Amino acid sequence: MSDVRIITGNEAAALAVTLCEPQVVAAYPITPQTKISELLSEYVERGTLKAEYVRVESEHSALSVLIAASTTGVRTFTATSSNGLLYMHEQLHWAAGSRLPIVMCCVNRGVAAPWSIFNDQQDSMSQRDTGWIQLYCRNNQEIIDTVIQAYRIAEEVYVPVMVCYDGFILSHTMMPVEIPDAAEVRRYLPPYKPHTFLEPERPRTINPVFFPWRRQNADGVLCDGYMEMRRKLQKGLEKARDVIAVASSDYAERFGRDHGGLFWTHRVEDADIILTGMGSIAAEATLAADLLRNEGVRAGVVGIRSYRPFPPGLPAVLRNARLIVVFEKCFSYGYEGGVTSDLKASLYGTGVDAPVIDVIAGLGGRDVKTADLLGAVREAMKSLESGDRACRTVWLNCREEE
Amino acid sequence: MQENLFRINDKEYILPGSRACQGCGLSIAYRFILKALRENTIVAIPPSCLCVLHGLYPTTSVIVPAINNSFASTAASASGIVAALKAQNRPDINVLALCGDGGTYDIGIQSLSGAAERNTDFIFACYDNEAYMNTGTQRSGATPAGAVTTTTPVLTKQGHKKDFVKIMEAHNLPYIATVSPAYPIDLYDKFVKAGRIKGTRYIQIDTPCPPGWGYPAKDTIKIGKLAVETGMFPLLEIEDGKLRFTGRSKTLAEKGKRTPLVHYVERQARFRKMSMEQLNQLQAWVDRRWNEFLRRAGE
Repeated sequence: MSDVRIITGNEAAALAVTLCEPQVVAAYPITPQTKISELLSEYVERGTLKAEYVRVESEHSALSVLIAASTTGVRTFTATSSNGLLYMHEQLHWAAGSRLPIVMCCVNRGVAAPWSIFNDQQDSMSQRDTGWIQLYCRNNQEIIDTVIQAYRIAEEVYVPVMVCYDGFILSHTMMPVEIPDAAEVRRYLPPYKPHTFLEPERPRTINPVFFPWRRQNADGVLCDGYMEMRRKLQKGLEKARDVIAVASSDYAERFGRDHGGLFWTHRVEDADIILTGMGSIAAEATLAADLLRNEGVRAGVVGIRSYRPFPPGLPAVLRNARLIVVFEKCFSYGYEGGVTSDLKASLYGTGVDAPVIDVIAGLGGRDVKTADLLGAVREAMKSLESGDRACRTVWLNCREEE
Repeated sequence: MQENLFRINDKEYILPGSRACQGCGLSIAYRFILKALRENTIVAIPPSCLCVLHGLYPTTSVIVPAINNSFASTAASASGIVAALKAQNRPDINVLALCGDGGTYDIGIQSLSGAAERNTDFIFACYDNEAYMNTGTQRSGATPAGAVTTTTPVLTKQGHKKDFVKIMEAHNLPYIATVSPAYPIDLYDKFVKAGRIKGTRYIQIDTPCPPGWGYPAKDTIKIGKLAVETGMFPLLEIEDGKLRFTGRSKTLAEKGKRTPLVHYVERQARFRKMSMEQLNQLQAWVDRRWNEFLRRAGE
């Protein structure tokens, strides 16, 4: 019998973590992540989660604790948001460069300044180049399922995984969520096997100084230099493309829910107007697409689930597109939205030459309604029909200077 | 039980050919620390002189396991190791966090204070060489007043060094000690003792540094001894709030006699720009601390 509960996104995440049985958890509270750290403390104190919970003094230390714990051979978890993630930034690089399968939830929130506690995705998007896998969730069911998949992915490619979901919109909103069976999760996610770890029986120095060139070890074997190590991190993320897809399809077989591998689609088979985005705004876009379908517009949605590694399969899905509208809750200042840049780059030379309209929406928690998305798509369609094929960036529901 | 030179563990944990400078006070201290804690030890280190001592990938001169994590993280790293060992039911392993004064007094104080407040079960040892030596002698919160550093090149360091022993005392630790590589048996004994205590233990190591302090490499022991003889760096132990002098400092306290600070200062190029007024102020600072320790030791 399935166990369905009506819970928030944060509770879904905390329950998923419990099912994955990490041995060390370290977290520092920050809105809107706080409830995860509170719930996990409670589970640990009540004994339902058998883990060491380190109540650290900062996010920087939270990830430092996990880096050392993971290097000592255990499964680990943390969660943060916004400025907490920014404060961890240095450690994000250490974790990925050390090839540690740490899983972290990023409950997406805007970053200061101006000071805001509300949702957008600038926090995780600003961490793009740290070497972490980033998966975005569209609802609370997807949060619980993605956290479980994240451990399987991380431990197969030895790359840390950030599971991102929108603050308040998902973290604080209750939805029905089917809780996976614990025994089945154990079969899906075997116990963590560290590849290199700290133990007195086999002494080694982890993360010593690297010089630019390759150097010989004591046996005269030429070993990797810094560049080879970084290249291997990229190989790990390249391998993750397939691993994410398999982790997702295997999960679907066992638990009956398929959230897509690197991306998911909604009514794209014959679509020529494509809406795209990540997280809850992409879920919102499916409602807009359905309404457009009612009017006879052949609209569909491509939801990007894995931002890093970026899905290589998008051009094939977008080959019939006349217009692509990207909804995103972040911006790369001085250029355009990050998702738009990456999507455009992935289409280069593939023959897909539909205009890409970059719609920046919901920054700092500004409400984004289906009608707003619809309006933006209609505006883009009107331009296209008038023969304007230019790519452009639009700030949705944002007052322009006079 | 006091150890002596003939009972010190004769096993070596740092092989010849480490990358430390000639006459490095840290390498002497580290050698005796590892002898005291023995092979069942995991060390957390930051990017620092110590990290350089450990060697360049893929070779190392140290034969205990160690992890290098970011500069601010040494105590947090140690917390992670402690938590992971607890989760794996391995309480037999010593966890040592070892970092310099920058990683202790300055950038690392947050994670150290947090770990100490949680009474994390590890030894935190600070090898205090009184400046950022690995980057070329920039001033730190541990640099003594009147010292020339590369970031106090003209006017010298203004203000006295932080009293870090007091800061750690405020965390109610079960064990605090100060040691010097110039007195290795005292150092060894204290690390053996610390290894048998549970909770956060803090040990501060006076670490003479030939290039940073500006004295010939052969004089490291001499300079270390002068630091103790002058009372610039007293050897002591604080257990559950009770302070006592140890070793040479105990003898000095009993005799009521210390060497004037000028004999310590005049041997080091870093004090070459010190005015007489600054010397008198530093002497007064040393006297004040010494008298406070004397009073507390007598209680």
